[in-house]
Amino acid sequence: MLIYGVALLSFSYLLGQWLGELLGKLIGINSNVGGVGFAMIILMLLKELFERKGWWKHEMISGIDFWNKMYIPVVIAMAASLNVKAAISSGNLAIVAGIIPVILAFAFFPFLMKAFKHN
Amino acid sequence: MEELLKVFDKNALIVGFLAVGLLAYLSDLFSKKVLNGRIPGSAIAIFLGLVLGYVGGVFTGGDKGLSDIPIFRGVGVLGGSMFRDFAIVATALGASFLLIKKSGLLGLISLIFGILIFFVSGVAMAWLWGYRDAVSLATIGAGACTYIVGPVTGAALGASSEVIALSIAAGVLKTIAVTIFTPILAEKISLNDAGSAMAFGIMGTSSGVAAGLAATDPKLVPYGAVTATFYTGLGCLLCPSLLYYLIEILL
Repeated sequence: MLIYGVALLSFSYLLGQWLGELLGKLIGINSNVGGVGFAMIILMLLKELFERKGWWKHEMISGIDFWNKMYIPVVIAMAASLNVKAAISSGNLAIVAGIIPVILAFAFFPFLMKAFKHN
Repeated sequence: MEELLKVFDKNALIVGFLAVGLLAYLSDLFSKKVLNGRIPGSAIAIFLGLVLGYVGGVFTGGDKGLSDIPIFRGVGVLGGSMFRDFAIVATALGASFLLIKKSGLLGLISLIFGILIFFVSGVAMAWLWGYRDAVSLATIGAGACTYIVGPVTGAALGASSEVIALSIAAGVLKTIAVTIFTPILAEKISLNDAGSAMAFGIMGTSSGVAAGLAATDPKLVPYGAVTATFYTGLGCLLCPSLLYYLIEILL
């Protein structure tokens, strides 16, 4: 059943977010730390388990795959709901502090990759 | 007309699906017919989304872009954090656990470098603009990390609301910059496999990284996302504490 896939995704999502909240509390900040990352790892582990048990059925996968493919539309909607106007018009410092570090990070990225490959 | 508006108002999320679908279709058409596929349709759609976000802000004066226009309220729901995170988690379906384990260390290193690069250069910009107090410097530096780390840091340190607003603006611009630059520069920085996508978590902003990778190569999204999603948390941890104290010492 399709809903099994959606439910499995929801289970991973909620458990991951909960772990993220707990970790945030543990290290004393008022924020979710890596909830989405935990959820992704949980989903991958469940996938391995289900495959091994032979429960990983096509219809179930399509329930998750739907949301996987909805990802780009969600990002488009997210871009359209950002406060772009305020960001652009809140002064030169915001623009500079928002963009120059990105350029620096792009410039640094190849060095990081090179250094890591050497080791 | 009144009836139609009533239907739209009652079914905001459904209107959001339709609106985004139309936007994606038009972008794809534009990509294929006008640009001969040189820029992927999804990249154009994301960019147009940003333009519409700007237009929405101009028309309504609100802070949620297009979704402040009542009939497009559903776009805000679809693009809100719940659906965004849910869809990001679903991308894990296409990721290999083995590859993530293999590049886990690289991902972690990139996170730490990412926080440092953005924080330090953000602080430097604020310094050049005449800010000299550690609280404002740290808040703006944190805003250069993400638009969540900025206000969290500002609130923790007691920064002025003007500085906090500035830090949010810097963070939003960062997301926009990463979204636009990633597909353009991907080839140049050889961002083309699972390992490099995980290292790309260096950019932080999970929205920007995920949007940029989506426009570059959707297969890379889960790898970038799995690292980037830890960035904001790590930033919220380091900016108002260790990094703030470092600034205080240096001043």
